Amino acid sequence: MPAWLDGAACLPTSDGNEKGERRVKAAAFDYVRASSVADAWALLARHGAGAKLLAGGQSLLPALNLRLSAPDILIDISRIEALRGVTVSPHSVRIGALTRHADLLASPEIAAHAPLLCRAVAEVAHPAIRSRGTIGGSLANADPAAELPACTLALDARLHVEGPGGARVIASRDFFTGLFETALHPNEILVAIEIDRQPASVCGFAELARRSGDYAIVGLAAHGAIAAGVWTELRLGYFSVGTRATLATHAAGVLTGGGTLLEAAAALEHDLQPHDDLQASSATRQHLARVLLRRVVAEMESAA
Amino acid sequence: MNISLMVNGEQVEADVLPRTHLVDFLREQLGLTGTHLGCEHGVCGACTLRLDGVIVRGCLVLAVQADGGVVETIEGLSDSGEIADLQAAFIARNALQCGFCTPAMLIAAQDLLQHGGVPSREAIREHLSGNYCRCTGYQAIVDAVETTAQAREASR
Ligand SMILES: Cc1cc2nc3c(=O)[nH]c(=O)nc-3n(C[C@H](O)[C@H](O)[C@H](O)COP(=O)(O)OP(=O)(O)OC[C@H]3O[C@@H](n4cnc5c(N)ncnc54)[C@H](O)[C@@H]3O)c2cc1C
Ligand code: FES
Ligand code: FES
Repeated sequence: MPAWLDGAACLPTSDGNEKGERRVKAAAFDYVRASSVADAWALLARHGAGAKLLAGGQSLLPALNLRLSAPDILIDISRIEALRGVTVSPHSVRIGALTRHADLLASPEIAAHAPLLCRAVAEVAHPAIRSRGTIGGSLANADPAAELPACTLALDARLHVEGPGGARVIASRDFFTGLFETALHPNEILVAIEIDRQPASVCGFAELARRSGDYAIVGLAAHGAIAAGVWTELRLGYFSVGTRATLATHAAGVLTGGGTLLEAAAALEHDLQPHDDLQASSATRQHLARVLLRRVVAEMESAA
Repeated sequence: MNISLMVNGEQVEADVLPRTHLVDFLREQLGLTGTHLGCEHGVCGACTLRLDGVIVRGCLVLAVQADGGVVETIEGLSDSGEIADLQAAFIARNALQCGFCTPAMLIAAQDLLQHGGVPSREAIREHLSGNYCRCTGYQAIVDAVETTAQAREASR
């Protein structure tokens, strides 16, 4: 054995099997396919806490392979066709939870009525991941660094969920409750995302990431309206600035109250408590959040 | 679980464990070792293959999820001649060294080239950004994809 291979035993192992091979394999689980939303509830009820829904699998399967999660059974909802696709009605746009990132990117309806989602989803991962990952999976997963939760905040979206107790609608601002935590009850399924059509609105988006497709160090998804040079409405959805996607209400209030961009940037410290990690300190993130605010608001003002 | 799927044009019936991902199934049960495994958690792109006409991470799809699907691997794309020109350009441009990333890189590049036209170098880099190569430094790969796009456009 060459000397450099001696160290191989120290490489990270998720599953050192009997032969001592280094592997990244999921623990055993059962698998069942749900044919409808009602079927999925029945399966959730039957299997209880050991069950997990599988949509695109692009967050769940990495977690299984790394053994960060070890459910007894996966309930595959990805073939429930009724949950996939974009429907435009006179006042709103409804996006099925199983609509894939690649579907959003290619959808003329989304480009016309919710362009912020097009901008954002282009920054989500890579083509071979966007081909399977779903909007519902991204929102239910509630990764604080993910783009789409922040977009639903900026768009003031309504999240339609269904469970054995019936259907309910959760406002996006009430949905993300903490780190990878949402207001979904254990046996509820997110079925659709609904966004009001706002013809006279402008959107802006920017994120800072080390490499294309990486999760952002800091990002901002913004949506609002300007009339006669004055902000009449503005929502600033930040991501990767703490435990969950966050609306910067103070900063937005400064701008809709006629304040300057500099004042709005200063107000961000009341909105955000960014985390420290290997990529950036909290102070760096706070600084980058101000940089993004200036860039995004300037872009929106010149587009309006 | 029993699954039935099309792999490189052939109908395959097999019995798989739910936890077996598509690449382990292809490599270990079908002997198709052209699809590689690097990280097995979605980061490196070495496992890229085509499922139902679109590129996916083979390590992030369970074999049971591909039931009823159409899988195309580097073996299939090589045999059909679909990417013969791209493969020749990779060799001509020295776009591979150890070759570990190459099958996936070819499939990801072909996914872009299928849209037609001559993509910018920036667009090529963007499309391949999920495929890591630890040898070449990417420049030669972008060259090979670009020359193939130009040649295909010229011969249209
Ligand atoms: C290398 C890599 C890079 C990535 N980069 C980014 C990035 O930059 N930005 C980003 O936002 N994402 C990124 N992702 C994640 C990707 O966007 C996922 O597609 C997404 O987070 C989860 O969607 P999914 O459909 O794959 O969900 P799954 O992985 O199937 O499920 C995720 C979780 O949500 C639950 N769930 C799924 N659907 C529902 C539903 N309808 N109702 C209730 N619960 C549900 C599941 O039970 C599970 O707990 C990346 C992934 C990888 C592998
Ligand atoms: S092996 Fe699938 S992305 Fe690395
Ligand atoms: S040629 Fe060695 S990893 Fe790309």
